[in-house]
Amino acid sequence: MLAELIIAADEAPNPLVPAWYDIVYSLIPFILVLLLFWRVVLPRMQKTLDERAALIEGGIEKAESAQAEAKAALEEYNTLLAEARAEAATIREKARAEGGVILAELKEQAQAEAARVTATAQQQIEAERQAALVSLRAEVGTLALDLASGVIGESLADDKRATSLVDRFLADLESDSASSTKAAK
Amino acid sequence: MLETPLSAVALIPILAFATAPATDAPEFKGPSILDFFPPAIFFDGNEFFEMNRIMLLRLVIVSLIFVLFWLGTRKMQLVPGRFQGTIELGLEFVRKSIVEDLLGQKDGKRFLPLITTMFFLVLFMNLTGIVPGINIAGTSVIGLPLVLAVAAYIAFIWAGLRKHPWTFIRNSLFPPGVPWYLYPIVTPIEFISMFVLRPVTLTLRLLMNMIVGHLLLVLFFSATAFFMVELGGWWIAASAVTLAFGTAFTFFEILVSVLQAYVFALLTTVYIQLALADEH
Repeated sequence: MLAELIIAADEAPNPLVPAWYDIVYSLIPFILVLLLFWRVVLPRMQKTLDERAALIEGGIEKAESAQAEAKAALEEYNTLLAEARAEAATIREKARAEGGVILAELKEQAQAEAARVTATAQQQIEAERQAALVSLRAEVGTLALDLASGVIGESLADDKRATSLVDRFLADLESDSASSTKAAK
Repeated sequence: MLETPLSAVALIPILAFATAPATDAPEFKGPSILDFFPPAIFFDGNEFFEMNRIMLLRLVIVSLIFVLFWLGTRKMQLVPGRFQGTIELGLEFVRKSIVEDLLGQKDGKRFLPLITTMFFLVLFMNLTGIVPGINIAGTSVIGLPLVLAVAAYIAFIWAGLRKHPWTFIRNSLFPPGVPWYLYPIVTPIEFISMFVLRPVTLTLRLLMNMIVGHLLLVLFFSATAFFMVELGGWWIAASAVTLAFGTAFTFFEILVSVLQAYVFALLTTVYIQLALADEH
């Protein structure tokens, strides 16, 4: 049907037979466009694609190095932390030991002090006992003479014999107590 | 394919005015094959350089391609803008979907300029068929389809001969897997199919699609004008139908333009791939 509508001109050229000018004006565009794509457009495109790929690869590398750095930093931090912990433990240990020493010293000092105080007290007691003994001896002599004067009804105070008797008695007593003290010691 | 029954029905009324013009009825003048051979503009009568509007339009399209692709790739940004992105999309489509898909990266790189040229040259030349004021495809005259088909022909034969001359000829003429006693039949068929029919079909497929597309569009729109202006009255209703079909076919022509460019580039790539193949 299409054929019926299309005017068949007798002088019309056969559309399947190319004219020379047609070939010429087909070759020129083809060669020009081929050169454009071959020499200009596609190399530019390739360059851009390469650059883009390099950029992406560079980005990946950068990210990887950053990750490695972060990892290294973390490891360093962990090492430092471990070192610090160990140091703290050492210090604690040392302090504990020092504390023990100090405590022991203090205990020793206290014991020495206590011993000193005790010794002083004993000396004082001994001195006082001696004083008491001396005064007691005088008292006891007087008392005995008084008692004996009372018993025999006359004063013996002036009696030299009585006084020497008492003194002898007391001396005996003292030597007795001294020997007994020595035996006790 | 283009003469669908529906479009034929739409054109039936016009037949009466075209085939048997009545004595006083206006006569319908349809599109003519002369559309493809317009009068010369420059160098009239020169056998080699006579330039008519179709030849001129080819040169204009070439300048348009130069401007678009030159500017589009002049300052390539790593992060492309809208214009550069569009150009890149087109180039990457040819590279990935056609060339590297079939030929691989290594062989693809060698033939990429040729295939890219074919795709964009055919595409832009086809699309002029629907540009108002031009209304004729640069590929609707046999020269350009023929030159491109010959380029494809040379490319695949060169590819085959350069890689492995004997394997190429054996695969082409004596296909492996065919019993030897069939070779007297198969070999001539293969020879004709490979070395004669391939370039011819490449040329004619593109040429005929563009010629028919042009004729159909002209038919619909000139019929619309004829119904409306020459006949008038109730015939205006018929003009609405032909106008609708003309519009629809204009969009269809866009599809055909892209499809034919794709098919031309794809078939050329397939032929090269077959020539490079070790075994069929």
